[in-house]
Amino acid sequence: MRRAVLIAIPYVWLLALFLVPFFIVLKISLSDTALAIPPYTPTLDFSAGWAGIKDFFSQLDFENYVWLTEDDLYWKAYLSSVKIALISTFLTLLVGYPIAYGMARAPQEWRPTLMMLVILPFWTSFLIRVYAWMGILSNEGYLNQILLWTGLISTPLTILNTSTAVYIGIVYTYLPFMILPIYSALERLDGSLIEAAEDLGCSRLQAFWLVTIPLSKPGIIAGCFLVMIPVIGEFVIPSLLGGSGTLMIGKVLWEEFFSNRDWPVASAVAIVLLLILVIPIVLFQRNQQKQAEADG
Amino acid sequence: MTIKTLTMTAVIALGTSAAFAEEVRVYNWSDYIDEELLSKFEEETGLTLIYDVFDSNEVLETKMLAGGSGYDVVVPSGTFLQRQIQAGAFQELDAAKLSNAGNLWDVIQERTAGYDPNNAYSINYMWGTTGIGVNVDKVKEALGDDVALNSMDLVLKPENMEKLASCGVHFLDAPAEMIPMTLQYIGEDPDSHDPDVIKKAEDVLMSVRPHIQKFHSSEYINALANGDICVAVGWSGDILQARDRAAEAENGVNIEYHPFAEGSLMWFDQMAIPADAPNPEGAHKFLNFILDANNMAAASNYVYYANGNEASQEFLEEDVIGDPAIYPDEATMQNLYITTPYPAKTQRVVTRLWTKIKSGT
Repeated sequence: MRRAVLIAIPYVWLLALFLVPFFIVLKISLSDTALAIPPYTPTLDFSAGWAGIKDFFSQLDFENYVWLTEDDLYWKAYLSSVKIALISTFLTLLVGYPIAYGMARAPQEWRPTLMMLVILPFWTSFLIRVYAWMGILSNEGYLNQILLWTGLISTPLTILNTSTAVYIGIVYTYLPFMILPIYSALERLDGSLIEAAEDLGCSRLQAFWLVTIPLSKPGIIAGCFLVMIPVIGEFVIPSLLGGSGTLMIGKVLWEEFFSNRDWPVASAVAIVLLLILVIPIVLFQRNQQKQAEADG
Repeated sequence: MTIKTLTMTAVIALGTSAAFAEEVRVYNWSDYIDEELLSKFEEETGLTLIYDVFDSNEVLETKMLAGGSGYDVVVPSGTFLQRQIQAGAFQELDAAKLSNAGNLWDVIQERTAGYDPNNAYSINYMWGTTGIGVNVDKVKEALGDDVALNSMDLVLKPENMEKLASCGVHFLDAPAEMIPMTLQYIGEDPDSHDPDVIKKAEDVLMSVRPHIQKFHSSEYINALANGDICVAVGWSGDILQARDRAAEAENGVNIEYHPFAEGSLMWFDQMAIPADAPNPEGAHKFLNFILDANNMAAASNYVYYANGNEASQEFLEEDVIGDPAIYPDEATMQNLYITTPYPAKTQRVVTRLWTKIKSGT
């Protein structure tokens, strides 16, 4: 009995926080838009009994999904989001790995402090931090002022409202999610393995490439997924730092929902986005499982 | 046990409903009121005012149509108001509770009745025009001293925009205003609901699109004032606020606002009470407070928008009532146009076109 209850808890959780919202969104995605509150039809009317429910289901259709395939905006936005996610994940890895490596090689007594420094930005609201970047990157911002002052450039660089600013924002925001899993993998690394590699004739670089990197692979994979999955659906960073040229599915979804008041199409976009995200999430899960088995 | 629970529930219920009656929740446009008025309202009525802001009609409309927004007073523009009234989002005003309603200006009332028949659901808060804000020195530097600063040529002609791109141009992220403006520029009816006519705006906007740094409806105030951008297509009072912020900062940025010589859009922001407002009583108190001639004048003096309150005009400062950019003269008035809401099918064409213009696909 107790066991059943314990097992039930995560399932209730899943049901309440994932499946129920999912089916509500799915239901809306099969409806039609209308000028009413809420702005779609049909709405489920239980007062009419079984006939009402039957009538409700007969009005649902896949029209909105067909719409998504007819307009090239949607697949371009999905593709562009995936591209931005892949590039920024790679950049985050490039920046995050050396930091994690440095932390893992730092003297034992420094590590808690370094860890603290990585987590510290979370104490400030994410929005405020993105706004701070707007102040740094704008034409009259701090970065341009410094560059102009040092004489490196003669006219201000336009960075804010371009894709560059989006990448900077994403790498900055998601860096801790990359550093922490890599750090935890590197920290567990047995130093004697590297000594052994060097004893057997590896240069330091070779030892790093042949021993350290493969052994930190689980951390790298975990970090990459933790960054890539949320970035695909990212909305705040591209809308604040990006310009008119930054096409991302999060923004398209917002437009459908707010500008078009078309909840059904917006829901269809969200469902497709979820399906796209399921692939990396499943891969991630499988990787975690394999890891657990290997460790066990 | 049961009795105890019941009593407790009753006490909690009473507590919350009492707390609710004390609050008035207002959802207004950003940078759109003198904040001293908010504390003045609280002092006069003893109600707690919760004041939130938005920067696009679309966001407001989504909240209204979702229902249960929790707001007591909201401020949609005329065309949006009209559609939301049709959707049943608002309640009729109770004239008995609005003793200051006599202050309203018939000139504006006549026009807003086009959106809200008999002005049954709303009062006018502010009205204004959509025109152009320029950083005079930078624009002249880019285009020469004799450039016409009030012409749509500045922002809709690719040659000009190419030269302005490096100093930064923002457009409003408001398709329901930018597309009519473009249609006006090419000599079509700005209020056209014909998809084929609307599509004619595409070529013009696509040709200048690469030179537009951002489509946004509130960032341009600061961006203009700081000198980050040199041109913004925006709302009259917002640009005038940018002008003042720059003057206060003494940063050498010189901003001007002009309605377009080719004709500008005239719009009306209307205060209305959602059908499901938790505190309609308090909402009426807020509307009546705003209708007070002194309060309305204070708001206009602060945000540089004209209002629909005739009695307030004697309290307006000279740089507000006397500024033709705010209270246009008769000739400019004749040159203004208004729009009506798009039907759903046309709306989709408009938004799709707008997405294409913003994103390039």
